[in-house]
Amino acid sequence: MRTPELHVCALVIALIAGRGAFAQEAPPPQPTPTPAPAPATTQTANYFNPAISVIGNFLAVGGSNSVDERPSMSLEESELGLQAVVDPYARADFFISFSDEEVAVEEGFLTFTALPWDLLVKVGRMKLAFGKINSLHPHVWPWADSPLTQDNLLGGAEGWNGDGVSLAKLIPLGETFSELTLQIVDGDGGPFAAPKRSDLAYNVHYRLFGDLSDSTNLDLGLSYAFGHNGVAADTTTGIGALDFTFRWKPLRQGTYRSATVRGELFSSRREQDGGTQDAIGWYLAADYQLAKRWFAGARVEAAEHADDAAIKDDGVAAILTFWPSEFSQLRAEFRQRRYGGPNSVSAETYTANELFLQVQFAIGAHGAHPF
Amino acid sequence: MRTTRVVSIVVLLASLAASAHAKLRVVTSLQDFASIADTVGGDRVETFALAKGYQDPHFVDAKPSFILKLSRADLLIVAGLELEIGYLPPLIDQSRNEKIHPGSPGYLDASIGCDILERPTQVVTRAMGDVHPYGNPHYWTDPENGRVIARAVAARLAELDPAGKATFDANLAAFEERLTAKESEWRAKMAPFAGTRVVTFHQSWPNFAKAFKLEIVGTVEPKPGIPPSPTHTLEIINLITAQKVPLILVEPYFDTKTPRYIAEKTGAAVLTFYPSVGGIPEIKDYIDLFDYDVNAFVNAMRGHQ
Repeated sequence: MRTPELHVCALVIALIAGRGAFAQEAPPPQPTPTPAPAPATTQTANYFNPAISVIGNFLAVGGSNSVDERPSMSLEESELGLQAVVDPYARADFFISFSDEEVAVEEGFLTFTALPWDLLVKVGRMKLAFGKINSLHPHVWPWADSPLTQDNLLGGAEGWNGDGVSLAKLIPLGETFSELTLQIVDGDGGPFAAPKRSDLAYNVHYRLFGDLSDSTNLDLGLSYAFGHNGVAADTTTGIGALDFTFRWKPLRQGTYRSATVRGELFSSRREQDGGTQDAIGWYLAADYQLAKRWFAGARVEAAEHADDAAIKDDGVAAILTFWPSEFSQLRAEFRQRRYGGPNSVSAETYTANELFLQVQFAIGAHGAHPF
Repeated sequence: MRTTRVVSIVVLLASLAASAHAKLRVVTSLQDFASIADTVGGDRVETFALAKGYQDPHFVDAKPSFILKLSRADLLIVAGLELEIGYLPPLIDQSRNEKIHPGSPGYLDASIGCDILERPTQVVTRAMGDVHPYGNPHYWTDPENGRVIARAVAARLAELDPAGKATFDANLAAFEERLTAKESEWRAKMAPFAGTRVVTFHQSWPNFAKAFKLEIVGTVEPKPGIPPSPTHTLEIINLITAQKVPLILVEPYFDTKTPRYIAEKTGAAVLTFYPSVGGIPEIKDYIDLFDYDVNAFVNAMRGHQ
């Protein structure tokens, strides 16, 4: 309704402005115009608002699985991201996760980006740099589900996140990237449970990254985590992890062809009633880019239970992913898992065949591409 | 005691002198900016480009090895206009290098002052594909923008290394003189083809087209960043036939299957067109880039006629 008036207004302003310009001499032609960046909004109240993004993760599951029960269809997670620079010294990142059961701050941390001695310090709640995929948000995983290493040895599908401090130091080895991270968090996340306030959990992670050629690189990680497990007042759990990621991406055709092979090996030692349980778990996964928007993948995995190493689960999965654009993703995953007995269904091994159909979509600020 | 103090002062002075002569480490997102920084900075700088000239500049991996390069950089030169949004922000955050954060003297957005085209005049949404809300980020394909970038680089280098100001000014003047001479050569070569209608794969060439008076009538991509679709390919075939478009320009990092199919159906020629220095080994610097592309264009047009 107001548009005609606005048009008239604009016309009048244009006329007045035009007359003013005619009254003066025509300005000399500028060889290099310096246009100001187009201001999206000039409201200073909004100017410093954080970059906002929302990522939806919808999952439909077919087949049957009585051990790991999931709804037929669900909006598994809606992740709200709020990110901005705080001041000249730090930036802040919040990821708030909405699911059927709860609203939780998945991560919320301050990063000090202007410290000396090649240090990067984070304070707040964060995913721990333990292994490879635990530090990544599930929506950037190449699968619709979590591997058994997370489920059986790192406290569940969500893995380990904790409230505390992270200190990462760059230790360059010539042209090779090397980084040592030390993290101290509250003793209650992931596989840990703290009977006392003073029982903290610790994580040390060493990462080595090298370019083997223009188109290939290797990422290696070594982690060790330690903390109380809550079985008794002084029982502890220690977990070591080895991870590797090999990437091939010919730079010229890189948006059409690429391949990734990655794997992790966890080894857990848990003190509990009746002695110490030593459990191991691993997965090995590969992805191959078939075309610009198509990726095929496979994963094999096996993991003993941290609290009873006699129970061993294993699984295989095949994954096909299609990206309509950078901002949406459709994925189908066929998974077969064999749950070692005794489990919640029977005393014997139980096999479940399932099909996951996942739709993920992002709106808002353009996030960085996962690497 | 006194001798140790004297020695330590001498060591301190020596290290200061050494640091004054140390080269400025310049990291750029594109090889084009590295080439310009090399030309202007001479032996007072050493450069490293994150993206290779034959790589899609939108999709560069945020490799940790780049964190190492950035951690030691004195100056970071970026294209801006959100070209690097998919990989650079996390790298800068992890660089532990305050000097190259946006807003610091060690951060130079090369787009400032350049002639930027296709600034959206309406609200943009992602229904339009991968649009850049601040304008087309492939602006360095106009040599006059190269001049603006070189001036900005010279000014910034002089700010970071005041002792080198005379060198940078002299190098800039030499570059500008060479660029001016080359520009008239390129314009003369391109003049017979003024007004030629072309189809390009991605919307990377509006600045080149403006500088050399070409008319881009369509793109093989239906929308920026969206791969070719059968219906759009048919539309492009009809467009090329109706408008007698002689050339399809394809950036080196795109699949030529659809362009070759279109060429087969229409008689237009597919020409690999290099948007950046380093696209092939022959293109060693910013001047070579236009030498190569202009010659390739002229030869393709002659071949077509």
